Amino acid sequence: MAASSAAAVSRPGAAAGRAGGALARGVAICYLSLIVLVPLAALVWSSRADGMGTFWDEVTKAQAMSALKLTLVSALLVAAFNAVTGTAIAWVLVRDSFRGKGIVNAVIDLPFALPTIVAGLVLLELYGPNSPLGVDVAFKRAGLIMALLFVTLPFVVRAVQPVLIELDRDMEEAAESLGAGRLATFRRIVFPNLLPAVLSGVALAFARAVGEFGAVVLISGNVPFETEVSSVYISGQIESDNPTGAAAVSVVLLVISLGVLLAIGAFRHWRTRHDR
Amino acid sequence: MRRISLTFLPLLILAAGLVVGAGAATEKTTISLVAYSTPKDAYAKIIPKFQGTAAGKDVSFNQSYGASGDQARAVAAGLDADIVALSLAPDVATLVKKGIVPGNWNENRFHGMVTNSVVVFVVRDGNPKKIRTWGDLARKGVEVVTPNPFTSGGARWNVMAAYGAQRAQGKTDKQAIDYLKRLFKNVPVLPKSAREATQVFASGKGDVLLTYENEAIYANKKGVHTEYVLPKQTILIENPVAVTKDGLKHSEVKAFEKFLWSSKAQKLFADTGYRPVLKSVASSPKYRFKKPKSLFTINSRSLGLRGWKSVQYRFFDHSNGIMVKVIGR
Repeated sequence: MAASSAAAVSRPGAAAGRAGGALARGVAICYLSLIVLVPLAALVWSSRADGMGTFWDEVTKAQAMSALKLTLVSALLVAAFNAVTGTAIAWVLVRDSFRGKGIVNAVIDLPFALPTIVAGLVLLELYGPNSPLGVDVAFKRAGLIMALLFVTLPFVVRAVQPVLIELDRDMEEAAESLGAGRLATFRRIVFPNLLPAVLSGVALAFARAVGEFGAVVLISGNVPFETEVSSVYISGQIESDNPTGAAAVSVVLLVISLGVLLAIGAFRHWRTRHDR
Repeated sequence: MRRISLTFLPLLILAAGLVVGAGAATEKTTISLVAYSTPKDAYAKIIPKFQGTAAGKDVSFNQSYGASGDQARAVAAGLDADIVALSLAPDVATLVKKGIVPGNWNENRFHGMVTNSVVVFVVRDGNPKKIRTWGDLARKGVEVVTPNPFTSGGARWNVMAAYGAQRAQGKTDKQAIDYLKRLFKNVPVLPKSAREATQVFASGKGDVLLTYENEAIYANKKGVHTEYVLPKQTILIENPVAVTKDGLKHSEVKAFEKFLWSSKAQKLFADTGYRPVLKSVASSPKYRFKKPKSLFTINSRSLGLRGWKSVQYRFFDHSNGIMVKVIGR
């Protein structure tokens, strides 16, 4: 990425390009501010409306802490699980050919299109007490994980798929002709090339799982200290006329998520460097 | 020339739209009704009836339905509303505090309440666990589904019904709170709202669902067989309606509010399962509802219920409320 933009600058007509770049940067910054930064700043502002003491009290309430922990642990778990299954699905969709592949390919995105509360309802019907499949995970942590897996499915698949399509098959063939087994080829050739894409998918899946509300609110059961996630806890604080508490917990959730996302980004950066 | 006219075309369309819109607005008054979700079907019948009266001729409606607390917060944040219909008085109090609804909103013959209902037990077909009393709900092996009173304002009626029912049976305040603890030990799931509690129960979870009589009646009317038990002691649920300061500027809004208390509208509310607040409708045989042995309200001082303000603080304060401990175990 960095190399291609450097090449663009040194081309003739660079001055116009630079002016265009500045404009694009301006637009991007304005847009980001309006859509993301200002609302986040307002959230941080309202979280400390009653002073830092209150902020701290709200965040360290046992119920808030427990919800926070459950949210982060399940989001990490779901993101990690997605890394494996998402890559596998992408692999099948790119490298295999079978009847109905087009349909399967289209189905992957459905969890995005479905209103999440509908997803929750469907999961409850399928994996609840009256499950036609005989699987009852509703109102347990397993149900929560199931709902999160459902809504985060597309991220890794869609991040890995284009990279896999672009991946040069010659490298793999070269490796095989040099005597590498299929596993070694995957581990040393394919996997390093896919890793950045897998990690961006994982980061997106993690972020989505942290904030998910609609899909989990029905199937998780929302019992404090057991199955209540932060988004549900926060909605309870709002209903109980405690907007400061809701904002405080949201801010902590955001800060921790930012930390995790930065860590994933740093790891990705380090790995890509390392491989070059 | 051609280019210029094309540039201005969107502007012209917009201007024309504004003129037409303004013209329409002067002919007709539009009332913005912001309500909680349950009475939606009742309003769908009441509004055309109102439009058929002299006062309602040429009045059109903007309607918005959603969870009571969400609706109150939306109006508090600036959603246009001439009249609000919410599920419990504290949601109106939110709007009074914001200066959107005048403080004297409930100073009328009906104390601002437009419909009533009671808390009932919906049970599985044939009532296999033989659930008849509040005591049965706290029995070992019985699973109770009720929404989380912290995420659902309406679920607070259920909690206060349970508490008041103990007091009505002569128990002390402490015994009634102990009962709440035992009751909530039997609550394995805390759905976010009444709607979700119904879905959880329909999915096969639990032996009994704490809900409102109007919901159970309406489900039966719509062909969803719903068996329910009216306990001997229960709380009278009262749903408020209030005209906002904006709404008071238009005589049509006041007329609509008045119409909601007319026998025509009260009968339509009763058709969807609500207990009418108008005596003449409530006493007619067609709309007569079963009377529980002990029916108390949120203001039954002899049972330790001193109105919503005190109950909200004592039971539902997000930090020190009794229910924080009861639910948190």
